[in-house]
Order: sequence, then C-alpha cells, then structure tokens
Amino acid sequence: MTRLTRLILFALGGTVMAVAFVLAALDLPHFGTSYHPYRDLAVPAAVQHHTANVVSAVNFDQRAIDTFGEESILIASVVGAAALLRPSKEETERLVPDLGRTLQSTRLIGYVLLPVTLVIGFDVVLHGGVTPGGGFQGGVVLATGLHLLYVAGSYPALDRLRPVTTFEIADSVGAAGFAVIGLIGLASTGAFLGDFLPQGALGQIVSTGTVQVLSGVVGVEVVGGMVVLLSRFFEQEITVQTGDD
Amino acid sequence: MAVYAYLVAGYLILAGSYGIVRSRHLVHAIVCLSVAQAGTYVLLIAVGYQRGGATAPVFGSTTKPNKHVVDPVVQAMTLTDIVVSATVTALLLALAIQINKRHGTVDPDDLAALRG
Repeated sequence: MTRLTRLILFALGGTVMAVAFVLAALDLPHFGTSYHPYRDLAVPAAVQHHTANVVSAVNFDQRAIDTFGEESILIASVVGAAALLRPSKEETERLVPDLGRTLQSTRLIGYVLLPVTLVIGFDVVLHGGVTPGGGFQGGVVLATGLHLLYVAGSYPALDRLRPVTTFEIADSVGAAGFAVIGLIGLASTGAFLGDFLPQGALGQIVSTGTVQVLSGVVGVEVVGGMVVLLSRFFEQEITVQTGDD
Repeated sequence: MAVYAYLVAGYLILAGSYGIVRSRHLVHAIVCLSVAQAGTYVLLIAVGYQRGGATAPVFGSTTKPNKHVVDPVVQAMTLTDIVVSATVTALLLALAIQINKRHGTVDPDDLAALRG
C-alpha cells in the first residue's frame, strides 16, 4: 500500500469516525452533569466496606476480578518484552567502561532524591486504601525512583542496588499473590476475591480489608515488572554488544 | 460548551491515528499510539466530572462520605487504561528494537519482509 492510498483510506475512515464521534458526544449526558449512576452505586459500596479511597475500592474490591485480568496483562507484557530483548546468539554481554560525565548538581539531586522517592513510593503503596494512590501508582514511583541511582551514579551502582533476579521473583510472587488472595476469598466467602478480612473504622489504614493487601501485592508486582522491563532496555543499550565490535 | 471536553478526546484519538498513518519511524508511531490512548483518558475523566465543587472520591476525617464527588468508576478505569497503555508501549518498543536488529530499518514503509 502506498502512502497516498493509506492517507486516502485514513481520510475516509477518519471522517466517518469524526462524524460518528461528534454525533455520539452530542447525545452523551452533558459535561459536568450531576447524573452519575455508577458513582451513586460505587460510593455506598465502598463506604460499606470501610474503604476511604473509593477509586481503590473500585479497583481492588468491586472490580477486583478486572484488576486480576489487568495485572495478568502486565505480567504477560513484561514476559513478552523480556523474551524479545534477550541477547541473541550473535550478541555478547559485556560492560563497556562508563565514558559519560555527570554534572555535580545532577549527582547531588539524584542522591538526595533517591531515599525521598523510595519513601514516597512505599507511602503511596501502603496508604492505597485511605489516601489517593495504591499499588500501581506506588509501584511505578518505587521502580523509577531506584533508577535515580543510574542518573546520579553509574550503571554498575544501579546493578548492585537492584539484583534483577530478585525483582523477577517479586514480579511473579506479586502476580501469584493476587490469585492466592482471590482463592482464599473464594474458600472463605464463596466468591473469588471476596473480602475475608475484618474491617475497622473508615479512614484507618487497616480498615480496608483485602483492598490494602491486594494493593500491596500489586505494588510488589509492578515494582518487579517495571525493574525487569527497564533493566532489559538498559542492557540493550549498555551491555549487549553485537559480534562485530 | 457542554461537549467541548468530549471533542478534545475525539481530536486526540484522531490526531494520534493520523500520526501513525503518516509515520516514517516506528518509535514515532508508538508515541502516536500513546497520544491516541491519551484521548481515551480524557474521555473517561470528562464523563466522570461534575460541576459545582465536587471533590475527589477519597474520604477522611475532614471529608465525610458523601455523594457529591466525581465518578470513581471512570477514574479506576482510567488507571487500568494507563497501566495497560504503559505495558503495551514497552512491548512495542521491544519489538521496534528487534525489528531494527533484524531488518536494519525502523521505517514502516521499508519493512517489506513483514508483508503477509
């Protein structure tokens, strides 16, 4: 297909899509309206389960089975990317000496922010049920925070801080943990991912039952997955050499 | 305007798709896909918005549970959307690296070997 035919095809399809989208948008409930039937059902359901963060309640309680599917997508794509990025037969892995220079100010900021970012990441994961946040968000903060060491220091330093095998195991343990908690829920409440833990008062960190636990295992999985992914991309750039050079 | 936010979402989706169609670089195409997906976030968040000082759907000692909040369901779906988008982007970038190694090009038009 030439570029011109492709553009003409897109112009046709795009026009149809644009017209259909505008017609659909005109028929939607108006922007900012107070008519939110899902909200009216989700908020009481969250409050009934003593979960202060309704978004987490939706993710890890009301729609927990969808989140199970989502985290399966996560682990599947991590495995897929890792398989695609493994060194081939013609390539060898060796570390070339670091020739880059880092500004002193960059080093300072990196080393200062590394512990701060890790603490924030843990906070976001652990308070997922009561304040904005949760396993997905906190996990990404933790995993990317670790890489401040690469920005501030060097690749060997990063390699020592995050043994990739450990994070590979964390990724699988997190994914399996979600299923195990779901099965415990099935055994004790009769529903997969049913909430089997006792609940406290709204707003307490331990009040949210399985929401907090599921958020935690998702956090572990996201940290593992992100670190493994990033390490594979790093290896492609830094340590993998083709046979020629 | 009552539908302005929805139109922004539609514009982002179409602009991203247009970028993919015109792309001459695989990484560019992947970034365009992210732009198109950003349109879905805007659409979801716009659907859940409520005028008149509706707060975030997170309660605490100062904000007692009430129903005057923005829709938490679409926010949770947006979160799902972002996570899936990030992982798909990673997978596609890994594919782009492999394609570059095998075929020595990242221009989609030059990838004749991939044609069925």
